[in-house]
Amino acid sequence: MTWYAFIGALEQGLVYGIMVLGVYLTFRVLDFPDLTVDGSLPLGAAVSAVAITHGMNPFVSLLLAAAAGFVAGSITALLNTKLKILHLLASILTMIALYSINIRIMDGPNISLLGVPSVLDPLMALGVAGYLVAPAIYGLFALCITAGIIWFLHTELGQAMLATGDNPQMITSLGVNTHHIIIMGVGLSNALVAVSGALVAQNQGASDVNMGIGTIVAGLASVILGETVFGKSGVVRACVAVLLGSVLYRLAIALALGVKMGTFAFTPSDLNLITALLVVVALMAPKIKSKFSGNSAP
Amino acid sequence: MKKGMLMIMIFLVALVPAAVGAKTVTISVSQFVEHPALDAVLKGFQDYLGGQKMDVTYNVHNAQANMATANQIGHQIMGEKPDMILAIATPTAQACAQALKKSPHMQKTPLLFTAVTDPVSAGLVKNLQQPGANITGVSDMLPVGRHLAMVKEFLPGMKRMGFLYNAGEVNSKILVPLFRSEARKVNVEIVEATVSKSSDVFQAVKSLVGKVDAVFIPTDNTVVSALESAIKVCEQSKLPLFNADVDSVKRGSIAAMGFDYYQHGFQTGAMAQRILQGADPAVTPVETQEMLQLHINKRAAQKMGITIPEALLKRADKIYN
Repeated sequence: MTWYAFIGALEQGLVYGIMVLGVYLTFRVLDFPDLTVDGSLPLGAAVSAVAITHGMNPFVSLLLAAAAGFVAGSITALLNTKLKILHLLASILTMIALYSINIRIMDGPNISLLGVPSVLDPLMALGVAGYLVAPAIYGLFALCITAGIIWFLHTELGQAMLATGDNPQMITSLGVNTHHIIIMGVGLSNALVAVSGALVAQNQGASDVNMGIGTIVAGLASVILGETVFGKSGVVRACVAVLLGSVLYRLAIALALGVKMGTFAFTPSDLNLITALLVVVALMAPKIKSKFSGNSAP
Repeated sequence: MKKGMLMIMIFLVALVPAAVGAKTVTISVSQFVEHPALDAVLKGFQDYLGGQKMDVTYNVHNAQANMATANQIGHQIMGEKPDMILAIATPTAQACAQALKKSPHMQKTPLLFTAVTDPVSAGLVKNLQQPGANITGVSDMLPVGRHLAMVKEFLPGMKRMGFLYNAGEVNSKILVPLFRSEARKVNVEIVEATVSKSSDVFQAVKSLVGKVDAVFIPTDNTVVSALESAIKVCEQSKLPLFNADVDSVKRGSIAAMGFDYYQHGFQTGAMAQRILQGADPAVTPVETQEMLQLHINKRAAQKMGITIPEALLKRADKIYN
């Protein structure tokens, strides 16, 4: 893996890390498997792209993207809580609807963002090497958002959210309306995913309706990878772990890309297979470690 | 735990052999997805340069239809420091353009795109005649009028033509108004049917049965990858099916006057050679494919219930029986 590929993986890991935190909120905190993210990631990208190409400040466009993501998430939660549609199906419905909505928003499947302002511009203007700007800014975004989530989960509302996922009977008996908590939580999760999508689009130079495909796969893989490798005891540790899990997942892809194709029997089409194998290796790391320490004990 | 992770990382890095450094030309390729047409582009490109006895080392990457991976490939290519980048299809071309912009050491590296329909609206070039920077390439914009004329020649009495595409593919979406305006000139109505994934194709073609006299499928990645289901429905309902790429004729569509994507890659290879020999991409106009080939599948025509005019059979570059 070259230095640039490493930096690239770091950048992608951090920017998708914001999405992974969103997936963590629904999948782990609320125990609500949410597939809306495949639609809300391009939704954030679409809203931000349209706003920027109409002259809005790229930073302000992130707020709009977050708001759109929140609405999308709360629709999934409303379908689930009020209409009693199973959470998986509710999220699938929102996801497929968003495909059409995103094309409406962009008035087409793709908006080019090459050559328009982005959140990377202020640092670019200072003369920092281009490839370092994105990981620096996205690192800052990811850290601030992680800190924000950790803080939030320690507030009364956050604690209620944790309890809603753990033991809905108990929290209902305490007089908390779990429906409101779920709507808020799934909304917040998708707001994060949409912000992640907006940042991804500004970085890759285009917003595309198909950019959300596989988001939930990457999100779940990152959450589980992070928890397995870095531990999940406590909210602080879990939040940091899933962010690092996202970076680790992208590092696996970067490594797979760097495996010299052609000289071995590998072809470019083996990429996903190699990535999967690398993730398996990473997941085994804690087990190998405990095995070694187990052997050395006696 | 950190130590364990580090050890695994070192182990994995050690697995990756260092790239060989030789005095040859290095071209890094970023392809969006595996797909017969896009694969043919790459093959045509490599065959042209191979035929010119150029000593080229290729780093071929495939994003497997994942935009995030396409971005990471951009970074991977930054590290490979190639002499030229070839981007196949729009999303990868945009990702590579963005990666170029961010890498100070590659401000002069030429980026050639190929199999991109509308490079201007994709933001890749400012102007087709004067690209203006280090990005240029070959566009696969369809000569819409010539396609429609071909279908009309097969079916002179056609009143309505179905147009099947994925509304999420920018390359297809921009063709819709072009087809509409050309069709109006010859009194044909265009009936759209859209899919969002390959598995929708069967149902979408079914929805056209009885409403149209023929179905036309453009160079749409999603639809073409599920072409067999369209062929099946068309054969069952005796609905003539035409395509915009010749590879599909072999698979069972009646005819296409189009692109041979292999030729498309071949033409891109010729452009690559000129640029590697010193031509400035900033003043190398974006090319389109002029040579169109007529391919006809006789058995498909029979199954879909039409007779092929003799004139067309005489003109055909290739006939499948």
